Amino acid sequence: MMNKKKTILSALAAGLTLSTVLAACGGDDNESSSSNGDGGKGGDFKVAMVTDTGGVDDKSFNQSAWEGLKKFGEDNSLTENEGFKYLQSAKQADYQPNLQQLARDNFNLIYGIGFLMAEDVQKVAEQFPDSNFAIVDMVVDAPNVASITFKEQEGSFLVGVIAGLSTKTDKVGFVGGVESDLIKKFENGFKAGVMAVNPEATIDVKYAEDFNSAEKGTAIASGMYGSGSDIIYHAAGGTGVGVFTEAKNRKKNGEEVWVIGVDRDQYEEGLPEDVALTSMVKRVDTATYDVSKQAMDGKFPAGEIIEFGLKDDGVGIAETSDKHVSKEILDKVEEYRQQLVDGELTAPATDAEFEEFMKNVK
Amino acid sequence: MLNIRKEFGTFVANDNITLQLRKGEIHALLGENGAGKSTLMNVLFGLYQPEGGEIRVHGKKVDIENPNIANDLGIGMVHQHFMLVEKFTVTENIILGLEPKSGMTIDRDTARKKVMEISEQYGLKIDPDAKIEDISVGMQQRVEILKTLYRGADILIFDEPTAVLTPQEIQELIQIMKRLIAEGKSIILITHKLKEIMQVADRCTVIRRGRYIGTVEVDETVNEDSLAEMMVGREVNFDAEYSKADPQQVVLDVQNLVVKDSRGLSVVEGLDLQIRAGEVLGIAGIDGNGQTELIEAITGLKKPESGKVMLNGQDVTGHTPRKMTEAGIGHIPQDRHKHGLVLDYSIRDNMVLQTYYKEPFSKRGLMNYKAVAEKAKALIEKFDVRTPSIDVPARALSGGNQQKAIIAREVDRSPDLLIAAQPTRGLDVGAIEFIHEQLIKEREKGRAVLLISFELDEILHVSDRIAVLYEGKIVGIRDPKETTEQELGFLMAGGQRGDETE
Amino acid sequence: MKKLSLNQLLIPLLSIILGLLVGAIVMLIGGYDPVQGFISLFEGMFGSPYAVGETLRAAAPLIFSGLAVAFAFRTGLFNIGVEGQVLIGWVAAVYVGINFDLPMFLHLPLALLAAMVAAAIWAFVPGFLKAKFYVHEVITSIMMNYIALYTTNAILRNVIGVTNERTDSVKESASLASPWLQELTTYSRLHWGVLIAVLAAIVYYYILQRTTLGYELRAVGFNKHASQYAGMSVNRNIVLSFVISGMFAGLAGAMEGLGTFGSMTLSASFTGVGFDGIAVALLGANTAIGVVLAAILFAGLNIGGLAMQLGANVPSELVKVIIAAIVIFVASGYAINYVVEKLKGNRKKGVEKK
Repeated sequence: MMNKKKTILSALAAGLTLSTVLAACGGDDNESSSSNGDGGKGGDFKVAMVTDTGGVDDKSFNQSAWEGLKKFGEDNSLTENEGFKYLQSAKQADYQPNLQQLARDNFNLIYGIGFLMAEDVQKVAEQFPDSNFAIVDMVVDAPNVASITFKEQEGSFLVGVIAGLSTKTDKVGFVGGVESDLIKKFENGFKAGVMAVNPEATIDVKYAEDFNSAEKGTAIASGMYGSGSDIIYHAAGGTGVGVFTEAKNRKKNGEEVWVIGVDRDQYEEGLPEDVALTSMVKRVDTATYDVSKQAMDGKFPAGEIIEFGLKDDGVGIAETSDKHVSKEILDKVEEYRQQLVDGELTAPATDAEFEEFMKNVK
Repeated sequence: MLNIRKEFGTFVANDNITLQLRKGEIHALLGENGAGKSTLMNVLFGLYQPEGGEIRVHGKKVDIENPNIANDLGIGMVHQHFMLVEKFTVTENIILGLEPKSGMTIDRDTARKKVMEISEQYGLKIDPDAKIEDISVGMQQRVEILKTLYRGADILIFDEPTAVLTPQEIQELIQIMKRLIAEGKSIILITHKLKEIMQVADRCTVIRRGRYIGTVEVDETVNEDSLAEMMVGREVNFDAEYSKADPQQVVLDVQNLVVKDSRGLSVVEGLDLQIRAGEVLGIAGIDGNGQTELIEAITGLKKPESGKVMLNGQDVTGHTPRKMTEAGIGHIPQDRHKHGLVLDYSIRDNMVLQTYYKEPFSKRGLMNYKAVAEKAKALIEKFDVRTPSIDVPARALSGGNQQKAIIAREVDRSPDLLIAAQPTRGLDVGAIEFIHEQLIKEREKGRAVLLISFELDEILHVSDRIAVLYEGKIVGIRDPKETTEQELGFLMAGGQRGDETE
Repeated sequence: MKKLSLNQLLIPLLSIILGLLVGAIVMLIGGYDPVQGFISLFEGMFGSPYAVGETLRAAAPLIFSGLAVAFAFRTGLFNIGVEGQVLIGWVAAVYVGINFDLPMFLHLPLALLAAMVAAAIWAFVPGFLKAKFYVHEVITSIMMNYIALYTTNAILRNVIGVTNERTDSVKESASLASPWLQELTTYSRLHWGVLIAVLAAIVYYYILQRTTLGYELRAVGFNKHASQYAGMSVNRNIVLSFVISGMFAGLAGAMEGLGTFGSMTLSASFTGVGFDGIAVALLGANTAIGVVLAAILFAGLNIGGLAMQLGANVPSELVKVIIAAIVIFVASGYAINYVVEKLKGNRKKGVEKK
């Protein structure tokens, strides 16, 4: 038995040594190919993203970001895993190693998806000053990092307009995931939109302190609908699923309640009871596509903050909005959209800006 | 069974053993613990495969590969530890696995009728509808016997059947066995109790350390001493006359003690008891009459409801076990595996189970294992504990040696009061002899010994006074020289005869 | 005793090999190249200074949580509450790390101590309930995990005052991070915690094998009835065992709070460090050296799993399959024993169990 064990061990050891050698060769290959810059429309351009713990199939911004990269890769004849790639993070602790190994593997542009990765992107960007990074939803101040943010308050303002005009009880709700500057943008934009068209309305704001608890979403939504709100806007990721569940149950019992979805068009989440009034769409895919393109063309916005707003179609309302929202209301929405794009009106992002906004309304 | 050989690794459990069972006889299989009796029977029952030899049933060679084949051949086993489903009724347990069916359901009426038929045929009285958990141990054993008969067994193996029974139940069992023989069954009786062999067996096969010693007719030419000699391999002195006791001052004084059991029922109810230095007081009684709770109260494991426990004139009622130990109580517990030893600890570590925190074994919170080892070595030598080294886990030792180790540890602390609960249970003659000698030795050193045993023989043999415990009270104190087993049995069952309590 | 230790070594080793085999089969079924997969995996575990650094970094908290589970287990208790104790230790360390201004030789030990004490208090609860009211510690310690999760979130929000999901970084004087170690391992997050973890394993061994307390705790663990008969206070030992176990768990949290992250994030779910500790203790057979080795293995697999995504395009979830398989194989030691017997070419029929 001892002998057998030894054999296995030495086989393992041999495997390890071999792997080191092979990996070393692999590294050389990569370097040579990148310096040669051989063929293909995309050349040797390599782009990758690191998901946060939500994973690439989160039906939210990780997925959206990957869709953008995929489209970019296909449009430029890159092959998956070679020219464009994603790495998943199971734990918060995985962000840094994932970013580092992509940098080490000479990817030209590396995305950190989600503001939780800011610290890690900052560190790794310092360690690899020759690589380019981009972070979504957060600002990282480094010469080789592009910070991609969205004017969620603008999109939220528009769905707020819809909610304010559609409510029959003059009472609407907002369910946030975890309270933070980011989600505050959703909240304040939404509140401003409602107030702009319906100053009589009251807005019930609650935070679940959790992005992944459908039960909490159900509980909060139940409380809101129960106390008279008929429309709830959620910016709560997986917790929002619970909001949908509660709305569907109530609709089955004949109550007329609605949910406003977030990040992507959540129309299908509302089926079959059809409770999705509209959705605030945040085009992370557009962002990753555009920034990748700029990088490939040698115009990477290093060190810059790029804001995607209504103007750039970075945020907006879902295309399916016309299913439940009347023409008149949509016209009104279009009016406000134009004002926001033209800068005649500014959607508030913080509590202070909202206070200011309210003074003007009155 | 001819020339059976069974090995476990390098250990030979059965070496060339032959056992021939005649139809209609009770054949005793005698041997010390670990002699290989159970192994041999497990071979016969198909649980083990032998490395050599052959088994013939009615002259035909058979291969018993598993217990089902044994069943088909008419071999049934009454296990020492009953294999019964507590929540099922007697009938359900008997038919388990062989249920008479009508369609998809069990035909309970037929089953019940059949069980009753067998029960009457062999004189095994049972209540077919009672649940196992509600009936006595003796009854449960009958159910086990019925189970084998229901499966059509002609050869019944009884594995240490009397170990769990009261004297009365033993007598009943003997009657049942004789009835079975009369009905044409054959019985193999595994035991190490010589008295039972003399009472029921026709022939007796003796094995020792896995070897076949011989088969003898049990008749006038054989007596307990000669059988014991065959079993142990040397002369055994049963009726060692111990010197007379010389009782001194009272060591333990229990006054009007009341103890409740875990269910909250009073099981010791106003018990009074005195033990003097230099005497062995035996407590006779059927299991469940308050023995356990009495010991727990004296050793501090359980707080009494009321009453007093005085040790050497000091009130120690309700003190913790450690305080009791320090006050001078030694305890050989009834269940040595559960309470006496930490089986996964080495012999070395087990030797300081009560004293580990004292110097020299512990200094400033650190163990001095060297001192522990020295202590263990000395004790092992002194008490002849047979172990390959002090580092083997206690689990690896035989029952007798485990018990010796416990006694060594307890006696070594020189306790004023030594409590010995069932100290010889499951041990063979040699070990029993040794342990009895140790108890007497302690008495002669001027210590008080409290002996609790369900075996009347033992009580009569070792005690200087016998207190009979019945329903939580001492119902009589007798001098072993003047009382009889009958009288004690009568008292143990709750009968009153005069009042000779002092 | 000799035989036992051979088995103690054989079963984990075989379990690891079989676990990797299961991983290979899963890779084949999934259409991945197992050779390439394993090369990337091992490369990612130990193939470079960086890999070694990250593996050791990830091992530090696992060593502590493994020791925490193992310590309770050696005394006959199941501390399933390590996860919660990790969180409590983490938040306590971060609190002290942020809010005190002290020289390093005071600040760092104080932060570590805070983690130990806070988690010990947390672990005291199930121990006390078990000793006093005979409530099963598995139930209470599991429930304490949830209480810990929401309590830490509340503390982060209301006491530490987190506005953006994450606390500030702990002050440098309370940080375990070491630029020197990071540079040595080409920017892994290796920090001094791994040394503390190894030290803790030695302390673990010392407490159990050398102290009088350890003698008592192990005796109670093996056989509480006999221990009680011998005059030991079983209840006191239960509480003590939980408290000490909690201290180890708290330090696991400190590894993350003062080392890997230097901060704490509001979290809706468990870290997994405590639960992984159960697997680590199981594979390490509750011995000090075993726990250290098992923690390094599991940490390495997790880190190597990330490299597998890039090097072989194998999803990192595969390492979870491997780890789960290893745990199952260890837990079903009987099956392994069977394989061992076969490997030995044991010709004996009907071998007696035990």
